[in-house]
Amino acid sequence: MSAPSFEKPATAAAPVLEVEDLRVDLRTPRGTAHVVNGLSYTVGPGETVAVVGESGSGKSVSVLALLGLLPARTATVTGRALLQGEDLLTMAPERLRQVRGPGAGMVFQDPMTSLNPVLTVGRQLTEGLRAHGPVSKAAARARAVELLGEVGLPDPGRAVGRYPHELSGGMRQRVVIAMALANSPALLIADEATTALDVTVQAQILDLVERLQSEHGTGVIWITHDLGVVAGIADRVLVMYGGRCVEDGTVDDVLERPVHPYTRGLLGALPDLAADPDEDLATIAGTPPAPTDLPAGCVFWPRCPVRGDARCETEQPPLAVVGRGGAGLPHRAATWCAEREAS
Amino acid sequence: MTQLPTPGATPAAPPPAEPLPTAAPVRPRWRETLGLLARNPTAAVSAVVLVLIVLVAVFDETLAPDGPNEQDPSLQLQPPSWAHPFGTDEFGRDVFSRVILGAATSLRVGFLSVAFALVVGTLIGLLAGFYGTWVDDVLMRLMDVLFAFPAVLLAIAIVAIRGAGPANAILAIGIVYVPIFARVTRASVLGVREEVYVRASRSVGASDWRLITRHVLPNAAPPIIVQTSVSLAFAVLAEAALSFLGLGPRRPDPSWGLMLADGRGFIEQAWWYAVFPGLAIVVTVLCFNLLGDGLRDVLDPRQRTLMAGSGR
Repeated sequence: MSAPSFEKPATAAAPVLEVEDLRVDLRTPRGTAHVVNGLSYTVGPGETVAVVGESGSGKSVSVLALLGLLPARTATVTGRALLQGEDLLTMAPERLRQVRGPGAGMVFQDPMTSLNPVLTVGRQLTEGLRAHGPVSKAAARARAVELLGEVGLPDPGRAVGRYPHELSGGMRQRVVIAMALANSPALLIADEATTALDVTVQAQILDLVERLQSEHGTGVIWITHDLGVVAGIADRVLVMYGGRCVEDGTVDDVLERPVHPYTRGLLGALPDLAADPDEDLATIAGTPPAPTDLPAGCVFWPRCPVRGDARCETEQPPLAVVGRGGAGLPHRAATWCAEREAS
Repeated sequence: MTQLPTPGATPAAPPPAEPLPTAAPVRPRWRETLGLLARNPTAAVSAVVLVLIVLVAVFDETLAPDGPNEQDPSLQLQPPSWAHPFGTDEFGRDVFSRVILGAATSLRVGFLSVAFALVVGTLIGLLAGFYGTWVDDVLMRLMDVLFAFPAVLLAIAIVAIRGAGPANAILAIGIVYVPIFARVTRASVLGVREEVYVRASRSVGASDWRLITRHVLPNAAPPIIVQTSVSLAFAVLAEAALSFLGLGPRRPDPSWGLMLADGRGFIEQAWWYAVFPGLAIVVTVLCFNLLGDGLRDVLDPRQRTLMAGSGR
């Protein structure tokens, strides 16, 4: 506890983040919502893991829980989440505060609301620096200018003195990213970081994150529901549904050879530009299950077009290996149908 | 929003050691705030009037033509005249002089009691709103208890324990206003606490203290500022009520509230006796409110830019 720095050098093999059986329950007026139900994954150094799924699938909550950013009054978080070997979930509050920033930084979805309107860009940027040790005003300012340059903001020297409302959405999101990167985190969590931006700005931000990642060896969790972004940025993909991981594997495996009916539905729902424009878009019928009332068997069963096994309705399918991708990484899916196909 | 250097205008500003070619000049914020306030005519006039009132309160003995208790039995309840612009009261004292001499008492009671309530109440509201859970429960139930007492009864109790006099009147009014500030602050903090930027700052390791002082308080401030200006107004009136009950400043010391209370009895024979002290209260209170409105606008950076843009 005495040394606030991370002594362990991240070796190529040691994952930056290891999440094991993460569960999050939220108390709501309508009963306990089981928002995340036994999520396990790892993020290696320099690796990008994309977490995809519909709204309400527990993506955001699962990462907020990692950094202890859920309201303690309503949220119960169990499991393990080792960030460079230290469990975030059992950490003392002061230690957790020290880890936020240099250990893990987070970029939030909406650049319009994630900056404090009454503080200048420079002051918010240096917040993370000042929180982790005394920094002189001049040094903090210089670092802020440097960071803004790094994220590609034009004229960073002037931008530090500006207020958030004086910047465009794309510029603000760069500021938010710079804020998260100020302490060179080992892990960067981007929660729908480009969803609110237009496509060209989105592409610039993705390039930026990739460049920074290759320079600093940062592990990245990229939460999105945009499969185009996933194909562009991710090394591995984790598909979430009903607070569970229903399928994970390399980008090629999951996007090219999806196994779970939900993943297939998700990919099928992508508009195909070559298709007949008069044809209706494919959709997945129904809505995701309410986290207060999850089905007993496979979470996807109520909407599943396949339902190929008697156990689907009653028994929860385990996340089983269904194949191996190029790098020998397992391709896993939680469905009874895959087992039948494979055998 | 100009980038032009202001030659020789900032003696307090640090000397520009090495001119950074790309860096914007660090603008002293208070000067900008004052500049913007000056461009808001209502707020500017209010500020000037308040400064005048304060000056009158400071130099009261020089300005007042008569002493506070100089009586002239031959001039009882005289209407306004050149010799006595605000008329005289039932003892033949000059109301004009007493209004001037009462300013200090009324303003001191108003300022100090509200300052007390502002500091204590805002702190309680911040802690309750930010931390929630049992902190919120304990603090806000305490505030409810305080709030449940009739204000005057509470003031009487405090004065009964500590004795009458201006200092205890200040304390009494201050304590009565603490729950109001605590509630206004808490309500405002509850909204701000959930903002993404608070979470974002937390996610880079900002401490609770930093979150409260840099993010929550500045964004929760506008209702508190408005509450302050309203409370200043009410505190001046509360001083009048306490004086009326003999719990505040005591006769024959002049105070606006006391004069208003005494003049009330003569309103049919001598309107000037109550009207001029009352007018003094109204003008002061109104200026506080208008200045509060102006300040709230100016302190909002979004509005600030709009105003700065339109002003040039």
